[in-house]
Amino acid sequence: MYAAEDQPMSLDELIEDAQRVLRVCNACRYCEGYCAVFPALARRLEFTENDIHYLGNLCHNCGSCLYACQFAPPHEFQVNFPKLMAKVRGQTYRKYAWPGFLGALYAKNGVAVSLITALSIGLLFLLAGALNNPTAFFAAHSDAQGSFYALMPHNLMVNVFGAVSVFVLIALLMGFVRFWPYMGEDLADFFRPRALGEGVHDALTLKNLGGGVENEGCTYPAEQKSQARRMFHHFTFYGFLLCFAATSVATVYHYMLDYPAPYPFWSLPVLLGTVGGIGLLIGPVGLLWIKHQRDPDFKVPEQTGMDAGFLVLLFMISLTGLGLLIWRETGAMGTWLAIHLGFVLALFLTMPYGKFVHGMYRLAALVRFHLEKRRPVPGLASE
Amino acid sequence: MQAKPDIQKTYDLLVVGGGNAALCAALMAREAGCSVLLLESAPKPFRGGNSRHTRNLRCMHEQPQDMLTDAYPEEEYWQDLLKVTGGLTDEHLARTVLKHTETCRPWMYKHGVRFQPPLGGTLHLSRTNAFFLGGGKALVNAYYHSAEQLGIDIFYEAKVSDLDIDGDTFRSATFTYQGAEHQARAKAVVLACGGFQANLEWLREAWGPPADNFLVRGTPYNRGDVLKVLIAKGAKTVSDATQGHCVAIDARSPTYDGGIITRVDAVSLGIVVNKHAQRFYDEGEDFWPKRYAIWGRLVAGQPDQIGYSIIDAKAMGRFMPPVYPPIRANSLRDLATKLEISPDALEKTVAEFNAAVRPGTFDHTIQDDCVTEGITPAKTHWALKLDTPPFFGYPLRPGITFTYLGVTVDDRARMILQDDKPCKNIFAAGEIMAGNVLGKGYLAGIGMSIGTTFGRIAGEEAAKHVRG
Repeated sequence: MYAAEDQPMSLDELIEDAQRVLRVCNACRYCEGYCAVFPALARRLEFTENDIHYLGNLCHNCGSCLYACQFAPPHEFQVNFPKLMAKVRGQTYRKYAWPGFLGALYAKNGVAVSLITALSIGLLFLLAGALNNPTAFFAAHSDAQGSFYALMPHNLMVNVFGAVSVFVLIALLMGFVRFWPYMGEDLADFFRPRALGEGVHDALTLKNLGGGVENEGCTYPAEQKSQARRMFHHFTFYGFLLCFAATSVATVYHYMLDYPAPYPFWSLPVLLGTVGGIGLLIGPVGLLWIKHQRDPDFKVPEQTGMDAGFLVLLFMISLTGLGLLIWRETGAMGTWLAIHLGFVLALFLTMPYGKFVHGMYRLAALVRFHLEKRRPVPGLASE
Repeated sequence: MQAKPDIQKTYDLLVVGGGNAALCAALMAREAGCSVLLLESAPKPFRGGNSRHTRNLRCMHEQPQDMLTDAYPEEEYWQDLLKVTGGLTDEHLARTVLKHTETCRPWMYKHGVRFQPPLGGTLHLSRTNAFFLGGGKALVNAYYHSAEQLGIDIFYEAKVSDLDIDGDTFRSATFTYQGAEHQARAKAVVLACGGFQANLEWLREAWGPPADNFLVRGTPYNRGDVLKVLIAKGAKTVSDATQGHCVAIDARSPTYDGGIITRVDAVSLGIVVNKHAQRFYDEGEDFWPKRYAIWGRLVAGQPDQIGYSIIDAKAMGRFMPPVYPPIRANSLRDLATKLEISPDALEKTVAEFNAAVRPGTFDHTIQDDCVTEGITPAKTHWALKLDTPPFFGYPLRPGITFTYLGVTVDDRARMILQDDKPCKNIFAAGEIMAGNVLGKGYLAGIGMSIGTTFGRIAGEEAAKHVRG
């Protein structure tokens, strides 16, 4: 296959091209069995910008439709649906980012994420350094001494990460609150239990990477069906969740049980964090690896930075977290702690302005899909 | 897989063509232990002939099977075929196809073909047609993958120009590949390289000047070069050069390869007029899937080979959306102007039509009682007045998917010569012999049924011939 036109396009140009391509897809519909996108587009005769934002975020980029497409390049109709949707998606992240001017961080997201990461690590070193003399920073602490907080006072950590978390939550929520009504939905409908449940189910199982009724997997990284992407994404996502659970349990220990970190290896927070951390090593590496192997026809070069930046960040958080666990009783602890917390801070800071948001918009699109499928098709006769 | 062809080697089987029938033959022969060389004239992205554009297989079944609902017994299938072909079919070969479609799907599945529930807008086909997940190109991809795994040698952009045939026996084929001419020697050959619809000169020979206004909906790589050689070397032909699967497609479609999306499904919901704004056929004769395939010929028979499907706002949304947006106007006069036909004539035609429409209960899912009275041609179902603006028009041209002129075969897929004797080691499958079953007309999904059946038979018989 030959790669299609590769000029970066503005959102308006993308919408225009998407309208052309969607007319082709809607007149064909051969791909209806692959995923949610095609049944969703078959409900429509015309495609507004809102529809395209919705479909862009509903698309999981599994690739099946391009391999199956009789109108794919070099055919003169130049239909490369997954690539077009990836570009639309990228532009919607930028469009719905809050505050709006920070959406510009998507322009060169890999660079932005790297810079913020470097600054975060630097900041953590400064904090730890400013609060301690070099001897204390490089000294070996035993767990019994509440070693982490000896270097990084708990309140300071809570204040920094708490403030950042609140901001991140607001920014993410604002993105959602802007995106959801733009699709033409009432906020209250998001919470309809059946559609929400089905949307969450599809997100947690990555149903749309199943490649259709037989659930054999998707055409990623190459034409033959494979579960690789689903598996590595599960490692990443559930690894992330376990790490999040570790932090939550630790918070409960700290505040409710008056039991501060560090915890022994066999404690719940450390076990959760270790298992999750291993998932966060395997998952991102796997995803990066298959991404690298992927058929060039799918690649959107201007988004590689965003995708890779996020995965590298997750990987580094996990790696430094496990490093901290291994060397926490040595003089290197301070260094590991600062670097680890630096990566964590960078993840938090870039959450609303990086690849992380794909989960939120995708979930919104999936819930919308399940809401919509129960409604009669406006202007289309049933058969 | 694009190494240099091994011209020294004598293969057990040479397969000429690279679509569904060719792949079925190649896979069957390979499974039977033959060494197989497959020569596909198209570049890899366009491999698969017209199979790329297909989406289903018309299957007989006595009870629900897989995604197929209810039953589609052999007799009903046969009657459907008899009706569309007007009897221009070989009953024995046709029934061979029908029976084969009941049992071939597990084999297809084994080679990676997946089926899915009927597509939106095609529920009426859920009983008769098994839909390929992802459509025909996905099927073709699956077969190629299987063929590569099994060690079939495949060359793309390899055009067969001549065949060395000694009486009833094939010796070798001449083909060009990367600018050089080669000989492919094999103990048997399966010819599965389609009709000649992309050969505009040949179409003009058959149809005369009207052919200049035809569009080729199918692959541009079926030029009929091998068919021409076979006819010259004594093959007994079947059907004739004007017959084919020819539907009315949007006049704005590309000359070649527009595929399924160029069709216009609005016909039965409105009226169709010619360039003089006159109706010329009953638009509501039967369900669209049973009638869509006659409209290509009907339009081909009109002056300048153009027609216009005209509907009003009531019809919008009741049919699969075509790829090109309709031409739209708030009055019939304006629509006629935009379509470049006479506004007076169109107004008169619609007025007469509207006056002839009898009251009825519109239901597009059954053959309803909305009919006209007192005009010719009548519209015998789904006749509603065209009275609700905006009005929409789609210009129509004949769009040829594939031609039926082909070589005669027997039930072992052996090519028959003019003396009515079968060849020893020459087999034919797919569109190049579809005319045996389809002398004229078309039935949705039967092209793949013929290709799958005779492709598999040809592969099996060729293997038997070679390996005894």
